Amino acid sequence: MHSLLHLMQRDLRLAWRRRGESYQNLLFFAMVVVLFPIAMGGSEAKLAQIAPGVLWIAALLAALLSMPALFKDDLEDGTIEQWILSRHSLIGFVWARLLAHWLLTALPLLIMAPFFALALHLPEAGLATLLLSLLLGTPALIFIGGIGSALTSGLQKNSLLLPLLMLPFYLPILIFGASAVQVAAEGWSAAGQLYILAALLVLSLVLAPFAIAAALRLSATQ
Amino acid sequence: MTEKRTMSPLLKWFYRLGAPVWFYPFAGRLLPWLGALFLLLLLPGLYLGLWHAPADYQQGDSFRIMYVHVPAAWLSMFVYFAMAVSAVVALVWRLRMAEIMILSSAPIGAGFALIALVTGALWGKPMWGAWWVWDARLTSELILLFIYLGIIALYNAIEDRRSAGRAMSLLTLVGVVNLPIIHYSVVWWNTLHQGATVSKFDTPSIHIDMLIPLLLMAAAFKVFYGWTLLLKMRANLLEQDLHNGWVKERIYASKTAPKNSTGRVADKGHQYD
Amino acid sequence: MTEFLNMGGYAFYVWSAFGFSALVMAILFIQPIVQHRQAWREAEALHDDDADNLGERP
Repeated sequence: MHSLLHLMQRDLRLAWRRRGESYQNLLFFAMVVVLFPIAMGGSEAKLAQIAPGVLWIAALLAALLSMPALFKDDLEDGTIEQWILSRHSLIGFVWARLLAHWLLTALPLLIMAPFFALALHLPEAGLATLLLSLLLGTPALIFIGGIGSALTSGLQKNSLLLPLLMLPFYLPILIFGASAVQVAAEGWSAAGQLYILAALLVLSLVLAPFAIAAALRLSATQ
Repeated sequence: MTEKRTMSPLLKWFYRLGAPVWFYPFAGRLLPWLGALFLLLLLPGLYLGLWHAPADYQQGDSFRIMYVHVPAAWLSMFVYFAMAVSAVVALVWRLRMAEIMILSSAPIGAGFALIALVTGALWGKPMWGAWWVWDARLTSELILLFIYLGIIALYNAIEDRRSAGRAMSLLTLVGVVNLPIIHYSVVWWNTLHQGATVSKFDTPSIHIDMLIPLLLMAAAFKVFYGWTLLLKMRANLLEQDLHNGWVKERIYASKTAPKNSTGRVADKGHQYD
Repeated sequence: MTEFLNMGGYAFYVWSAFGFSALVMAILFIQPIVQHRQAWREAEALHDDDADNLGERP
């Protein structure tokens, strides 16, 4: 546990130096959100109806596009190889890296999301659920996406491969995330959807690091 | 001692299956039998399904699309399951043949997912009046197709064949954990958004005259998978092992016994067991 | 016979479905054969001249 915190500290410090990526991620989220009113017209009723889906798709794409660089540098400079050879667990390394990544990319997005929700005329009843669903959903997106990132980070080209591989696995989170917000915006309880999101989160937090560690071993020996 | 004796034939068989020098001619010998079995199941299935089975009282003759749609959908899932089992073998025992099996299965699975989707659309048009409906099963099938294509794309993107095989195995396993979750999410999403539409593909009580051709076709498709899988595995093995000794030996053997490029040469393979 | 081909008015849908399935299955069957033949030719060209040192494995 202590070493995990230490690792995260290191990761956060490293990430802080590259905090430009954090802004880029947020900016990307904002721009995707803006695309929809521009394409579909700014009518309040129509926007309110599609707002949950739009916000969730934008969050999903932002998470997905932040993934490719996740392990690349560490693979190239041999850090991961050293980590595999050392007695420390690769799982811990993965956990620290992903949590730090979540803090850096998803947390700002969570803070900004309510403003974009208001711009899309999402009914205020849905705001709290939007935040809660993103809080539960974005770590799951990042942990699942980490598998694809680890599998493809040994490759030089092919930037499109990661989204191709990972989008199908994002579906359940998108379905329950968007539905939770939709239902809450209509004034109903979204408890069921949120429980399922929480279950998906636990599953991905527990299982994904094993797949990521295996994929990193593969990419490192490649 | 006795225990070792009872175990050894099974283990020996397992190791042999993993050795191209043994597997390649073995698969070659199986091929004509599987092809014959496929036709033996397919022809009566087609006859009974297209001709003999009575038209459905609701759907008329359009229900006959079921005889390719349902077996194709079943097979596309069966192939994935077989790949997942193979992926465990590939990752735990690092057996190269299991990677070849996954590599060779993926296009077949994708092909049958595509058949299920296109025939589903062709069935949906007269039944629902639309080529595509966001029905839970069709949507799941589409996602399955995407996953197959992703697995193939990943393999093609990695240059080193063994690394590519292992990456593909890993992705297959990730997929098998996620597929049930995706399927039930899609079913849940579907009931939420169009609860009123009852899936026309539900066949609650099917008449025996309609069921027998369905089972025949399903069995025929399964055999077809085995058949084309062996064909594809042989092709992939040969292609990857061009410089290997066993290929050299095959070539030499085919020259001493002409007209025998199928690998059905006298069992020379055993000398390397 | 025409009645059979007509499929109760659903001829287009039924025969397209069976035709498409047959097409995909034919591709799944023929492609490996073509791939195998190509690999076989390549292997033949590769091992043509050193067939007499059989047994010596690279």
